[in-house]
Amino acid sequence: MESDIGIAEKPKIQIKGIREGLLIILEDGDWQKVHDFLLEQIDQQAEFLCGARVALDVGSQVLKAADLGQLRNQLSDRKITLWAVISDSPTTQQTAQTLGMEIQLTKAKPEQTEQSISPGIQSGEQAILLHRTLRSGFSIQFPGHVVVIGDVNPGAEIIAGGNIVIWGRLRGMAHAGAEGNKEAIICALDVMPTQLRIADQISITPQQRKKAQPEIVRLRDGSVIAELWNPK
Amino acid sequence: MPGKVITITSGKGGVGKTTACANLGAALASDGLKVVCIDADIGLRNLDVVLGLENRIVYDLVDLIEGRCRTRQALIRDKRLPELYLIPAAQTRDKSAVSPSDMIKLCDELRGEFDWVIIDSPAGIERGFRNAIAPTDMALVVTNPEVAAVRDADRIIGLIEAEEKGPARLLINRIKPNMVKRGEMLSPEDVIELLAIELIGLVPEDENVLTGTNRGAPVVLNGKSRAGQAFRNIAQRLRGEKVPFLALDENGGFLGKLTRMIRTGGR
Repeated sequence: MESDIGIAEKPKIQIKGIREGLLIILEDGDWQKVHDFLLEQIDQQAEFLCGARVALDVGSQVLKAADLGQLRNQLSDRKITLWAVISDSPTTQQTAQTLGMEIQLTKAKPEQTEQSISPGIQSGEQAILLHRTLRSGFSIQFPGHVVVIGDVNPGAEIIAGGNIVIWGRLRGMAHAGAEGNKEAIICALDVMPTQLRIADQISITPQQRKKAQPEIVRLRDGSVIAELWNPK
Repeated sequence: MPGKVITITSGKGGVGKTTACANLGAALASDGLKVVCIDADIGLRNLDVVLGLENRIVYDLVDLIEGRCRTRQALIRDKRLPELYLIPAAQTRDKSAVSPSDMIKLCDELRGEFDWVIIDSPAGIERGFRNAIAPTDMALVVTNPEVAAVRDADRIIGLIEAEEKGPARLLINRIKPNMVKRGEMLSPEDVIELLAIELIGLVPEDENVLTGTNRGAPVVLNGKSRAGQAFRNIAQRLRGEKVPFLALDENGGFLGKLTRMIRTGGR
């Protein structure tokens, strides 16, 4: 199932058959060159690839929305669906997620997530800051803490190894301590989530319209408890 | 000045994208601007029906893109408004017959000749949506005051931002003021608070819309219709004029609050 179609002195491209369709592995190097060579290779095998579902492993390339969006459109011009982009660059992973693509071939177990995002960091040691509204369909998985400045809308999800802090309204799904840390907390200026999870506990908040107040959610005796935040 | 391309989209089906497209096109054209509406819902076309032009179709969007006709041949002129044109969708093909770069090429050509290019996007977030959004200068998200439609609108706004086509504008369609007053329908404030984008129009529920659609006559041409007035106001706002939002409630109760919210940036 594996064919190596790289040519000497050109960037190497590998195409493999996998359970989910085709996986194309690109070599690191100047993105423009890699990109042009990829399209050239695809055009040479247009008949074979037409209608294919493709996952792309871009290595450590740092890609912005414009790069990935352009490539996806160029592939769809050739009747190829790009459904996943695999990378060890957090920027590229975020770009792929915001464009609605998968960043893993299969649903990851927590330890794989940790490895794929940044190997070697301890759960809860690092944090990622998202300064934007997280809209429906957005998903972020991070082994450390997640801090959001903005609202988390219904249909968005945050899965963090550590704590989750939201300077805004929480209306989507938040999972803190996803790798089993029972000390993890979730706090937000208004806690109205579709679902909350801490470690292995799941809770559904009753749909009551109350006055927006900052709250901290933590595990107490094995159940998820929300407390008003009171600085005094 | 080259023309402006706007895309009318929603995520969820049945919220009034096609109605909005036909009415905004007709409103702009009746002000003497040259407008072309493109139906990007290939395989499920209906903008031609809403405009009452179904029986005039000879060539469609796919014929044009695949080079079977010239642009001039695919443009259907409206029977009432001489400045309004339609490029209909193909009914016998599907979304994969057109690609985002085909749409960009076509719209770049139309920009030279028309003041406004209005694209009617299909429902969903797949290929058809990406075709419709690729050439756009401004995306207009249509939603209804109901939870499912607002959820899908939120998803679509996120995708528009990801494609770097934002910020999108919001059109809330089919508002029933009486239900809002009784607290049985989401109010425009609730919708704006969640979606956090700039509002471009509030359209009340109006039976004239349905009769107009069935007869192939956009409701903006009906001087008595409140929905028609709302669409005419949106057309003026698209042209950069400041028009106050329609008083949906007779005593103007929540309108005052709403205009205040909009002045403070829609948050």
